[in-house]
Amino acid sequence: MKLTLKIWRQKNHDAKGELKTYPIDGIEGDMSFLEMLDVLNEGLINNGEEPVVFDHDCREGICGSCSLQINGEPHGPDRLITTCQLHMRSFKDGDTIVIEPFRANAFPVIKDLVVDRSAFDRIQQAGGYVSVNTSGNTVDANSIPVNKHDADESFNAATCIGCGACVAACKNASAMLFTSAKISQFALLPQGKIEATERALNMVKQMDEEGFGNCSNTGACEIECPKGITLVNIARMNREYVSASLEAPLSNAWSIDDESSLFD
Amino acid sequence: MAILTSSIARKVAMALSGLFLVLFLAQHFTINITSVIDPETFNSLSHFMGHNFVVQFIAQPILIFGVVFHFIMGLILEIRNRGARSIKYQSFKGNNNSTWASRNMLISGAVILAFLGLHFYDFWFPEIVHKYVESNPMDPTRYYPDLVQKFESPVRTGLYCLAFVLLALHLWHGFASSFQSMGWNNKYSKGLRGFTKFYAIFIPLGFIFIAIYLHLNQ
Repeated sequence: MKLTLKIWRQKNHDAKGELKTYPIDGIEGDMSFLEMLDVLNEGLINNGEEPVVFDHDCREGICGSCSLQINGEPHGPDRLITTCQLHMRSFKDGDTIVIEPFRANAFPVIKDLVVDRSAFDRIQQAGGYVSVNTSGNTVDANSIPVNKHDADESFNAATCIGCGACVAACKNASAMLFTSAKISQFALLPQGKIEATERALNMVKQMDEEGFGNCSNTGACEIECPKGITLVNIARMNREYVSASLEAPLSNAWSIDDESSLFD
Repeated sequence: MAILTSSIARKVAMALSGLFLVLFLAQHFTINITSVIDPETFNSLSHFMGHNFVVQFIAQPILIFGVVFHFIMGLILEIRNRGARSIKYQSFKGNNNSTWASRNMLISGAVILAFLGLHFYDFWFPEIVHKYVESNPMDPTRYYPDLVQKFESPVRTGLYCLAFVLLALHLWHGFASSFQSMGWNNKYSKGLRGFTKFYAIFIPLGFIFIAIYLHLNQ
């Protein structure tokens, strides 16, 4: 298979990038997309040129590292797969393939096709956890009964690998599908109820501070998500956020914080 | 104030104001369609709407606030959204994963706003001048002839029809989307999306029918 690749090359975050054209030959349909890029890079290295830098790790669709915008769609034209699971048989001989990094101001380009997705880490750190006593008397999670439907829905939300395809696909570069999946996986379980208010408020606040856009319900994210996370999660996050916004002022009014103790 | 800064609070505010305007459209259409069925009913309903204290001094200001709020909030959201991706894609295939209507609510909204300017120029300002500036005596029969006369111009009729097409596109995405924004996505959502499509076609098509009917029945 003979292809023309148009790849975004950018030396570093501050440099101005551009699309560069690379003709490539001898590509087999059974090669994965990343193997095709490996072939390109071997050629570039042999010619003394700098290889194209791209993110990858597990190459089996579970780590969320690979992150390419291929011909105008995150993870390429196929559905429910990551870039590493995309095979060259999805393309035809003579095709031109445009490869760009995921674009969002909250995902600054580090080099070529690699973007910094640590904004997702900070959203997680703002509340994507449950506090569990681990001092030797941890209760087995299976001893807490959970409704089967809720357990399944929670597990579905938890399959989000945080690749950022939702942000890349969204015309507004919104991170609501990711944030809603991380909120949903706990909101549906009894273990997550305790910190539900702070979780919704803090994660949404962090998401906004990172500079992601707003959700306008186009649904592009759920179509492009390699794990099939749906808009149902965003609706759940909206509910969680609204109820947390109503609850927080009430609980704050009734609690005595450390700085204004009655015993000062 | 979370409503001024939080993305989700803004979404909910946008949804609530949008739904309010959706309900208003149904009311406006119901009155307008009587102009085709029975001009006398149209006259009496218009007279009631034009002189009822609650409609004029409570409902009307709320409606104008709703329109202005929906527009300003939409603009604020759009500015934020555009600012979230400074460097655009060289290749972006939006049609592969979303509808044109859902991605271009600003365009359809802007056309509807421009139409509202024309609509106010045609009906609202003359009505306000007639009633409150010139203080003309009440005439419950003047509404239908005024309406027919307005649609004499083929250009105006054409502009109204064009705006209704964009209104259809705006409703096609906006109606069901407002429920999603308010956190309502469940087993009934499929039915709601079906009703949205019906409403988004029926109401604007009805308005187009009225405009063309009045134009042809001079």
